[in-house]
Amino acid sequence: MRIPLSALLGMIFTGAFFLAAIFADFIAPYPLDAAVGGVWEGPSAQYWLGTDTIGRDILSRMIYGGQITIFVATASSLLAFSLGAFLGFLAATQGGWVDQLLSRLVDLVMAIPSLIIALVVLSVLPINLTVLILVMGILDATRVFRLSRAVAVDITVMDYVEAARLRGEGKGWVIFREVLPNALSPLVAEFGLRFIFAVLFISTLSFLGLGIQPPLADWGGMVKENKDALVYGKSAALMPALAIAALAISVNLVADWILSRTTSLKGGRGA
Amino acid sequence: MPETLLEIKNLKIEATSYPPGEPPRHVTLVEDVSVSVEKGKVLGLIGESGAGKSTIGLSAMAYGRGGVRLTGGQILLNGRDIRQAGAGALRALRGREVTYVAQSAAAAFNPARRLMEQVIETSLSHGLMSKAEAEARAKSLFAQLGLPNPDTFGERYPHQVSGGQLQRAMTAMALCPKPDLVIFDEPTTALDVTTQIDVLAAIKRAIHETGVAALYITHDLAVVAQVADDILVLRHGKKVEYGTTDQIINTPREDYTRALVSVRSIDHAEKGPAAPVLSVANVTARYRGTNFDVLKNVTVDLAPGQTLAVVGESGSGKSTLARAITGLLPPGQGRITFAGRTLSADLAGRTKDDLRELQMIYQMADTAMNPRQTVGTIIGRPLEFYFGLKGEAKRKRLQELLEQIEMGKGYENRYPAELSGGQKQRVCIARALAAKPKLIICDEVTSALDPLVADGILKLLLNLQAQEGVAYLFITHDLATVRAIADRIAVMFKGQVVRYGQKSDVLAPPFDDYTDLLLSSVPEMRLGWLEQVLAHRKMESAGN
Repeated sequence: MRIPLSALLGMIFTGAFFLAAIFADFIAPYPLDAAVGGVWEGPSAQYWLGTDTIGRDILSRMIYGGQITIFVATASSLLAFSLGAFLGFLAATQGGWVDQLLSRLVDLVMAIPSLIIALVVLSVLPINLTVLILVMGILDATRVFRLSRAVAVDITVMDYVEAARLRGEGKGWVIFREVLPNALSPLVAEFGLRFIFAVLFISTLSFLGLGIQPPLADWGGMVKENKDALVYGKSAALMPALAIAALAISVNLVADWILSRTTSLKGGRGA
Repeated sequence: MPETLLEIKNLKIEATSYPPGEPPRHVTLVEDVSVSVEKGKVLGLIGESGAGKSTIGLSAMAYGRGGVRLTGGQILLNGRDIRQAGAGALRALRGREVTYVAQSAAAAFNPARRLMEQVIETSLSHGLMSKAEAEARAKSLFAQLGLPNPDTFGERYPHQVSGGQLQRAMTAMALCPKPDLVIFDEPTTALDVTTQIDVLAAIKRAIHETGVAALYITHDLAVVAQVADDILVLRHGKKVEYGTTDQIINTPREDYTRALVSVRSIDHAEKGPAAPVLSVANVTARYRGTNFDVLKNVTVDLAPGQTLAVVGESGSGKSTLARAITGLLPPGQGRITFAGRTLSADLAGRTKDDLRELQMIYQMADTAMNPRQTVGTIIGRPLEFYFGLKGEAKRKRLQELLEQIEMGKGYENRYPAELSGGQKQRVCIARALAAKPKLIICDEVTSALDPLVADGILKLLLNLQAQEGVAYLFITHDLATVRAIADRIAVMFKGQVVRYGQKSDVLAPPFDDYTDLLLSSVPEMRLGWLEQVLAHRKMESAGN
């Protein structure tokens, strides 16, 4: 199997981000919230990416921040996929009023921009990691629902699904053994893309002050804390912003490659 | 001295295939093929799928489909080698000297434009004639091809005419620029047998009257025997036999050709009437949201261990009958009795035994098997589901089934994509058989297969019936298949059974009009069949 260079780069970077997040305690040179230097110091041998608005090491905060950003994004994407794909497949295989009810409900949620819903919900509910993950996961599930329903509708008309129904198979077998394996490739590619949106979403929320709360760090929050530095020509706010961009691009490269492979998989055996 | 129009010498065609997850591979599609076509003559190219017939056909306009390269030999058209010709020369040649008629007319026409615009398009773009001249020529071709109202036919859109008419319109499109050579690529394969004969006759007449030369590509030797002067038999991209039509049909030299000529000659002695295992009584059904009945008062019986063939053209309600019996389309009226029990109208109300004893095999084995399941899972699931077999017992039964379908060891772990068309259909048969059914509904199970492969499947089904005593409800549009397998026949037309009885009775005169039309439309493997049928029909209509 040949992996194109772009996908390979994407995998290396994505892997590096995940490893840094998992082993943050061992890698980060300084603690999360210790003021170790001056305000907004530039990058140096001691502080590789400089220091922030109250003199904390940016690199260390970014590593710890990445841990939270990536964890929240992964958890909410997983939730979105389990929920959205299951309901999407159910709607497609069941049809009738179940399909109508679920689809119209999803239309209703999607009619309102998800950021607005999130802002309203989060300003009412207490903000903690669980609530954040639930809110983001459920909002994202609507999009996964649409995709998996569309993919599954194409699959449920195949003769092998009819053959399973004629055999007397239950819903569970049809969804998990007949539909799911054939819908997996486009869903895996979509997972990559939704993960990026989750990273951007949590960063946006934190930037607006409704995401991860201090003293915990996350990339969006760090951009917010250091945004005034831009006025003084300091690089502090750019570092976490660059991290968001780098992660988004590298995951995208991998997702693109998977997506390009799935198009040739229709009907074939595939990877 | 007849003039040679097209001469292909030692043609070699290669392509690069890109199997997913593997390095690209070079494949040779056609090797060392030489043929020639004289002006005004028709060469038939025949072979099973993958034999390279279409690839050779398209090479006559120096064209290769995506990634296909003409790498060796000469293609001489009117004496010049077009294999080496440049893009400009090819553009001038295609659609002017050589034209093409595709298999699926419905997919080849632009649905948004009127037929006339499309039929005369090439003649105009090559600057061959003025618009008025082209339209006049198109109208005369429409008349020649037997299209209704030739003067106004061109004003219609593709969806407003039938499949057979569309195929003839495409033939008019190909003939309009007065080409030297027309390539017909399976022009009647997608049509019903009753429509096929009209299109075939129209094509033959048009070829004769315009004096054009043609390459006629098909997998059906009986069809090509009616139109071709010479026949080239191909297999795996190589020549098997090349000769005049008379020689190929009457004195074939090669074993493969002999097999092709004698295909569909399975002899099956009809079994006598017996108490039915399945009886369908006065069934009327319609699809939800429609207001007409697709099945009207259908009554048929099927005895254990016998075969009931349901015959008719597309839209006659054959497959709907199968759906009503399986419970996918609950009938509005009527009763279905199976193995002594009255079956619940819809699927949900049926017992596990009802489901187990009534199995189904589909036309397209490709879509009837989950591409992500191995053969072992596909056949093993009914064993597990109905009989609770596991481990060694399941493995043993699986092996037995694979042997019954003549496939043997080493297939359990293969995926459907790794099987040939015939093997796929065999696996589907094994899956049905695994349930130990009393009745298998076979929905056009051989119509997507090459003739020789289809023959193998029919023989297998007959053997299995003798071994297991299973009954078949065999849906088909092909009367040769019916002769080979049926004990009883029901002829369907517009949702009704118009003729029903033992095979020997249904296939013996006196016929009703529809059965006569259907029976006489099946191409026979002999020269002059087409003329004979047409003359016979003309006489009858004159008599009326």
